[in-house]
Amino acid sequence: MSAPARNLTLAFFALLAFGAVSPMLFQGVRFPQWLEIVIGGLMSGVLYSLVALGLVLIFKASGVFNFAQGAMVLFAALALVRLMAHVPFAVALALVLVLMVALAWLVERLVLRPLVNQEGIVLFMATLGIAYFLNGLGQFVWGADVYTLDVGMPKEPKIILDRVFEGGILVSTEDVIAAIIAGLLVAALALFFQRTSTGRALRAVADDHQAAQSIGIPLNRIWVIVWSVAGLVALVAGVVWGSKLGVQFSLQLIALKALPVVILGGFTSIPGAIVGGLLIGLGEKLSEVYLGPLLGGGIENWFAYVLALVFLLFRPEGLFGEKIIDRV
Amino acid sequence: MIYRETGQFRTSYASDQQLFPILQDRVLVIGFLAFAFVVVPFVASDYLFRAILTPFLILSLAALGLNILVGYCGQLSLGTGGFMAVGAYAAYNLAVRIPSLNLIVVFVLAGLCATLVGALFGIPSLRIKGFYLAVTTLAAQFFLDWLFSRVGWFTNDSSSGSVAAPPLELFGHPIQGPAEKYLLVLSIVSVFALLAKNLTRGAVGRSWMATRDMDVAAEVIGIRPLYAKLTAFAVSSFYVGVAGAMWGFVYLGGWEPLAFDVNRSFELLFMVIIGGLGSILGSFLGAAFIVILPIALNRLPSALGVPLSTATVSELELMVFGGLIVFFLIAEPRGLARLWAIGKEKLRLWPFPH
Amino acid sequence: MNLRELEPQRARRELGAPILALEGISLAFGGVKALAEVSFDVREHEIRAIIGPNGAGKSSLLNVINGVYRPQQGRITFRGEARAHMEPHHVAAMGIARTFQSLALFKGMTVLENILAGRNLMMRSNLFLQALRIGPALAEEIRHRRRVEEVIDFLEIQHVRKTVVGRLPYGLQKRVDLGRALAAEPKVLLLDEPMAGMNIEEKQDMSRFILDVNDEFGTTIVLIEHDMGVVMDLSDRVVVLDYGRKIADGTPAEVRSSQAVVDAYLGVKH
Repeated sequence: MSAPARNLTLAFFALLAFGAVSPMLFQGVRFPQWLEIVIGGLMSGVLYSLVALGLVLIFKASGVFNFAQGAMVLFAALALVRLMAHVPFAVALALVLVLMVALAWLVERLVLRPLVNQEGIVLFMATLGIAYFLNGLGQFVWGADVYTLDVGMPKEPKIILDRVFEGGILVSTEDVIAAIIAGLLVAALALFFQRTSTGRALRAVADDHQAAQSIGIPLNRIWVIVWSVAGLVALVAGVVWGSKLGVQFSLQLIALKALPVVILGGFTSIPGAIVGGLLIGLGEKLSEVYLGPLLGGGIENWFAYVLALVFLLFRPEGLFGEKIIDRV
Repeated sequence: MIYRETGQFRTSYASDQQLFPILQDRVLVIGFLAFAFVVVPFVASDYLFRAILTPFLILSLAALGLNILVGYCGQLSLGTGGFMAVGAYAAYNLAVRIPSLNLIVVFVLAGLCATLVGALFGIPSLRIKGFYLAVTTLAAQFFLDWLFSRVGWFTNDSSSGSVAAPPLELFGHPIQGPAEKYLLVLSIVSVFALLAKNLTRGAVGRSWMATRDMDVAAEVIGIRPLYAKLTAFAVSSFYVGVAGAMWGFVYLGGWEPLAFDVNRSFELLFMVIIGGLGSILGSFLGAAFIVILPIALNRLPSALGVPLSTATVSELELMVFGGLIVFFLIAEPRGLARLWAIGKEKLRLWPFPH
Repeated sequence: MNLRELEPQRARRELGAPILALEGISLAFGGVKALAEVSFDVREHEIRAIIGPNGAGKSSLLNVINGVYRPQQGRITFRGEARAHMEPHHVAAMGIARTFQSLALFKGMTVLENILAGRNLMMRSNLFLQALRIGPALAEEIRHRRRVEEVIDFLEIQHVRKTVVGRLPYGLQKRVDLGRALAAEPKVLLLDEPMAGMNIEEKQDMSRFILDVNDEFGTTIVLIEHDMGVVMDLSDRVVVLDYGRKIADGTPAEVRSSQAVVDAYLGVKH
């Protein structure tokens, strides 16, 4: 990166950091309370990362920007919670997993295969269509009410560090467990991409469909694998989020926020999805709690997007994304 | 046999470059317009005006604006609903705070407000491209959503967040009936469509399409990306803003922020894709499709004798909607306008197959 | 295929002073050096060829002239104005046009629209007049259309003028690319492998077009080409690049007999 661009980016982060600590400087907020908010923000950031991961996977491997990822999260959560009314959790989980693989297979057969080598915008629109379809299907089959998902996550918050800080810091155990699950999933996926031959094949496919085909990579099977893995990620995200918020339609809107996360981190980067999620979760929480009252609340509706927008002005390819060099 | 060009010679560049060089096209278009202006107001039912014709025309205008941005200039935007809202709220504030303003002036000024906002949110497009840009336009959408629901000034401090447009009148003549509203909208949309067609045929249209197809090469031949992209955002937002003002004033009568939410943005994008990117006619075809589809789906179950609850119908609607989008993208990614063009080509050769 | 021998009576233009000069141009992408201190000049009205093995940096050189790439070092002087790097828009306005190795045509537009786009720089009417398409805007469109039709006649592509460029065969697309560059009435024309992928007849046609442009309009031509026969026949002077460095500079005869050039193309025995 050129020196001026690097300076601008550093200045941007410095500004963000300053904004983050400003409640303590200007509003007299004490450190323990601030830390609570920060931890809470980071936790919800991890949840965003989880959804963003599915997006990055599909983009890395098929070059498709999967707008339906949020719908997949909702679909998986809905299926799970309704099946759990009839069968034990483990069985329901396995069934939904099979369902997501079947969905991946159908998507590949009916949507991706006929549209291979079309431009990116066409594929993006197709995923938009898939999102609408999944929404309708999910509600049609499983109903449109709000459902409580109980997977045995501990609901009581814990107080930690009560010897360091007076009164301690309130932390949600559920969030911590979610963070650990997400962390494990991310590590597994990163290893998968870097170390295995399938992972390499996926990266080849992301670069150039035709070229990958011409060296014998089975495009169709690869896509089914990728969308299945994305489906798995969606399922995990659905479980974690559904357990925290209840399974309802608005889950999808929250999943929409994974888009600015991916933007911030760079479309093709798994660590980018993580860092982007953390940044957005943190920034959103801090601004909602400390900036919100000044502006009338509701900041979290747009903060993530505006942050991504401003960041892109400095680095159009995101934090860890690949720089686009225009060649003629 | 019918649609033959033989015998029609153009002897000057001016006549070759006219809007409808083929005589049959001219006859068709003029006939159609005459029908729309003179016959329809007397024969169509109130329901037809209210539920189909008026919304179709207004949404066509918005789709036209979006098509200029996405189809002609290649800048993907998911914030169209927000720009419609700017037009609507600007028109509301102008009409309420300066009651003496002529209705057309209100619409034009509202459009200009949308142009300013659109150009502002268009500046990032100089650095940001493709899907990245799409997501940043969502920033515009959600921010504008928030702005109009939280900042009381825009809604004249209405407690519920919803506003009601003042009664319409033009040059002293009140516009109340559905037929009158239809004629008002039809006039405005016809003029705007012509202007859009001229723009896309001219130098600025070529700069848009060049930027869309190969922006580096465009720059090399002297087309400034700044000019092309900002004019695209500006013109597009103007159209969308005027459409938003008309949507609120003429169609809805009163509205709340939800009328222009992100679903509206997606709806308009679907119209443009299904109708045909980079085609004026396509914007109209796509809007017609999206307006008629829910009505058709609503009527179909009862027509077939299958009783379904409204909830089920709306769920099925979503499924059919999504399915149709995928179907269209597979069958004809260039949309209904392309199907229309293929039909015309076949008609030229008829009765010969090729 | 020596066109000069075929038409000996064709008067050669007087070569003028240098109109374009590159001094010490160095260009690198990250760690990859594309150009290393390349210097040469181009005289007005001449046909200058740039040759070299694949990957020698020839297209990068044109991209530097056009302002698509910015060199880390060096200076570019055009029509008396010296700059460290060029801006694409400025370069086009000052009178340099080019064709592209990979065509870079506007695939969604017709031939007519593509070539008209080459004249966008000269169109002055504002947005409102264009929307109404009356008076000055309409007159301007027709005036430019007339000039574009002359280019179309020159390149013999009248029969496809309303066809969308994406549907044309490769040879015709190449002519549209040339037409778009010619429509700008440039002082200097940069041609990036104009004969690539052509058979003998098409090459003869293209050579004839290039010579005609140089003769009739006096346009200075800078030409990247791999076909040695074409290069030797058409050009007044030749620059040879290898691994981003200039290894020879002179008339075709001088370059042909240069040992360095022979080594670069045929390889040196170790």
